[in-house]
Amino acid sequence: MPKFKKKQASTKQSIPTASLPDIIFMLLIFFMVSTVLREFDVKVSYTLPSATQIEKIDNKRLVSYIWVGRDGRVQIDDNLVLIPEIQSIAARKRQQIPNVIMSLRIDEGSKMGIVTDIQQQLRKGDALRINYSALQKL
Amino acid sequence: MLRKRTNRDVEIPTSSMADISFLLLLFFLVTTTIDVDTGIGLTLPPPVDDAEEVKIKSENILKVLVNAAGDVLIDDEITSVPQINQIVKNKLKANDKLIISVKVDRDTPYRVYIATLDQVKQAYADLRDEAAVARFGVPMKQLTREQLQQIRDQVPQRISLAEPERTR
Repeated sequence: MPKFKKKQASTKQSIPTASLPDIIFMLLIFFMVSTVLREFDVKVSYTLPSATQIEKIDNKRLVSYIWVGRDGRVQIDDNLVLIPEIQSIAARKRQQIPNVIMSLRIDEGSKMGIVTDIQQQLRKGDALRINYSALQKL
Repeated sequence: MLRKRTNRDVEIPTSSMADISFLLLLFFLVTTTIDVDTGIGLTLPPPVDDAEEVKIKSENILKVLVNAAGDVLIDDEITSVPQINQIVKNKLKANDKLIISVKVDRDTPYRVYIATLDQVKQAYADLRDEAAVARFGVPMKQLTREQLQQIRDQVPQRISLAEPERTR
């Protein structure tokens, strides 16, 4: 007759998973709130320049982008535009969002001539807040 | 007669709830972009026709000219881009009403222009840092919001983009 019985733990050996959906839902809601679904299809290729003194744009909803590619093509929202058209587009954006920030995503090898032309158009369209998009220089 | 009692469990099975929410979670995880926009902020001057011409004393303007090859001319002295920071800082210390006017050639590469602006901003940042240490005893990063505003008012950034000239 065996003297020693194997001791059986009286507690259940499973992790309670009842609250798992709640945890997941919390994560889910966080990502749903923080996500911005409106993304653009960028049709030009560009490499951003880098700088040390850069600022973050806090409010992404104020931002409107202008891309200038390596080949000098200009894109606003989802279409390629010509330089003289920028004025009316900028004016329209300014009407929709009065304190719009135009973020210029320009290829680092572009000539300044095109940048100056875009800036003149933006000035005529009264969209004066701009941001030269740049990466943090390490 | 005895009626058979069926003991029905009236409950919605919730064991797959976690799986469903995991699917949603994965979707948002994949589509979300947390990258923040960073860049050099600037305000353009209003269009020329409705802007009044403001006369500024010529000694209060520091002209920074950049040519297509990336050579820099500051007040008739030839330098290079990495030296702008030091020169501008010394000039700003000598005259706190100074306006930095940046003018570039049409053929200057954009990266040189950004580097120039960056150098000028760096000069202002250094000056603000010094002002913060002198006034509050801590560098800019540790200041409160109000202190930061005070320093910004004390050392305002005056960068002007020169009006492009019609040459052709």
